[in-house]
Amino acid sequence: MVGEIAKHAATVVHGEAWTIKELFTLPNEYIYWSIQIVMYPYMTGLVAGAFVLSSLYHVFGIEKLKEIARFSLVFSFALLPVAMMPLTLHLQQPFRGINVMMTPHFTSAIAAFGFVFTTYGCIVATELWLVYRKYFVQTAVALKAQKNRSAVDGFRMLLFSALTLGAWDISNEAVEKDHKACKTMAAIGIPVACFLHGYAGFIFGSVKANALWMTPLMPVIFICSAVVSGVALCILCYVVVQEIRKFMAKRKIARWAKDPAAPTIEELEGAKHEEVMIASNYLMYFMIAALTLEILDLIFRGYTQVKSWDILREVIMERDFTKIFIMQYGLGNILPFLIMVLPGRTVRRTTIATVLVLFGVFMMRYNVVIGGQAFSLSFSGFMDYTLPIIPHDLETFKEGLFGALSVAVTPFVLFFFINKVMPAFLKEEESTH
Amino acid sequence: MERREFLQKCILVIAGASVPLSALTLIDPKKVFAENPDIQWAFLVDTNKCVGCGFCVKACKTENDIPFDANVSRTWVERYVYTKDDKRYVDSPQAALNGFTDSRIDLGRGEYKEIDKANVGKAFFVPKLCNHCSSPACTQVCPVGATYKTDDGVVLVDRTWCIGCGYCIMACPYGARFFHPVAKVADKCTFCYHRLSKGLDSACVNACPFKARRMGNIHDKNDPITQIIMNERVGVLKDEFGTKPQAFYIGLAQEVR
Repeated sequence: MVGEIAKHAATVVHGEAWTIKELFTLPNEYIYWSIQIVMYPYMTGLVAGAFVLSSLYHVFGIEKLKEIARFSLVFSFALLPVAMMPLTLHLQQPFRGINVMMTPHFTSAIAAFGFVFTTYGCIVATELWLVYRKYFVQTAVALKAQKNRSAVDGFRMLLFSALTLGAWDISNEAVEKDHKACKTMAAIGIPVACFLHGYAGFIFGSVKANALWMTPLMPVIFICSAVVSGVALCILCYVVVQEIRKFMAKRKIARWAKDPAAPTIEELEGAKHEEVMIASNYLMYFMIAALTLEILDLIFRGYTQVKSWDILREVIMERDFTKIFIMQYGLGNILPFLIMVLPGRTVRRTTIATVLVLFGVFMMRYNVVIGGQAFSLSFSGFMDYTLPIIPHDLETFKEGLFGALSVAVTPFVLFFFINKVMPAFLKEEESTH
Repeated sequence: MERREFLQKCILVIAGASVPLSALTLIDPKKVFAENPDIQWAFLVDTNKCVGCGFCVKACKTENDIPFDANVSRTWVERYVYTKDDKRYVDSPQAALNGFTDSRIDLGRGEYKEIDKANVGKAFFVPKLCNHCSSPACTQVCPVGATYKTDDGVVLVDRTWCIGCGYCIMACPYGARFFHPVAKVADKCTFCYHRLSKGLDSACVNACPFKARRMGNIHDKNDPITQIIMNERVGVLKDEFGTKPQAFYIGLAQEVR
């Protein structure tokens, strides 16, 4: 056995490909948690944030958010499986990932993630089913009534019949019951969504060995920035999808657009404006909360000046100054806030702001995850991260630009398919609420 | 049976059963043995004796199948140089696999610094390895329980169960853990558990020509290592993390982190 492994050619250590060491770092120190671990809290945050936005209507009954709420719920469902993707991609033993569910070791902050995540998935699925049950029944009944069904319609009939789960009653009382149950699910969902993401913050905040991560504020900061990113993404996608619908309505491309009852371009435009304005107000409230907490954390560290401050100051104020103060706070927080807060806000301006906000939250995740590994445990050296762009093996693909992009693109692909079954935009009479 | 009667009987049964049941948990034999096992391994480093030859690193890599040219190691030696103008330099080129053959300090990024010998205030070597902490942060955070502490005080990794998430690597305040480049799982010093259990010394202890590294059973009051730890001034690394390290250092400078 001795020497057997040493003969292997593979001696490049995980992390060596993208870590540049400077001054004194411990021999085993590398940036072990790279871009996929940046994507992980980012995607989880989007899921949680999208759900919170949808709950604003379902629980608190903010009527004006009705349409964007339903859209957010469907989008949140499309984002759900993607939150697991970066975790699996970064594991050194991806096929053993299921061990977390099989032998959970509950003193670990990661161990319960699978269970919290599954619970949350069930809640979103249940809520979606309650919202779309009436639509499933109506579609299935309509397809059954059709005489000469094509193969596709036959399949759709089977699918929608299965999706009703045998609950065919769509009388007013039954729909009213759905409505009540849906409200309950959304109410349970909010704390679970916050827990899901606060928990992601806890995973970092509880690492006592890491001077930058360890703060009890971390979960709260993560929740606030999660809601910010989720709401921003929902507004952005909502505007984009509405634009596409407008385009389709104009050219009469889609099947629904040929329907005489289809919404006119003016209707689409009007609905969009109001929903976006209200949602962006909530976006601003959460942005203020997130920024306040982040700045508080920074000021507190600077003021108390504990042992780690010397090295943290050099990382925050000098080495990562551009990434933190220009890209994250400047472009990602202050600029979009100004864009939205200046008088005469329009949908276009808000949309630009949401793009910047999404970028800002991504940079926040990046600065926390990569920034936390930018200095040595010895406090005497630094590590620089270079994102692998052109992959030369599986590892540099998985933990490189293309790995991250595949994670970012997947929710949109999923949304496309989910939208076929559970259309995010329904006519009034079809939806439960 | 009436409901009232049923409830009364239930309470009676629970109250009656709780006394013997609580006694069962009180004398959990596993716990009793774990609290006072015969063996509890501890490591003793005498920094005054280390000359930075790197034999320990070589022996460790050979014994434990860590590829020689991989830039990770279960144990390593750090060189500290303090100049008279109050500057501090630290390095550990290739974890000191080949010792410190170059008098220049490795600054990383391929840069080296020659220090004027007349300017050197003090200089010394510090060997490091996993501290096999009493309350290890690494075993706490493992999501699948693949890393654990044995009854005789050694922290081990189960290579067949580790998922390779890297959380333990992040949690260790000492940088003792890394991903094994071939096995693709978390790896760390085992105190050469396979040798200890056969009554042998660990590879690094065996290889050290100056007895700068020693091991002993801290539960045996007559063990020479235990005697030193009890009677002399020894320190541990980074005790502020509350991990209660079981690697003790003689002549530890406070700047060593």
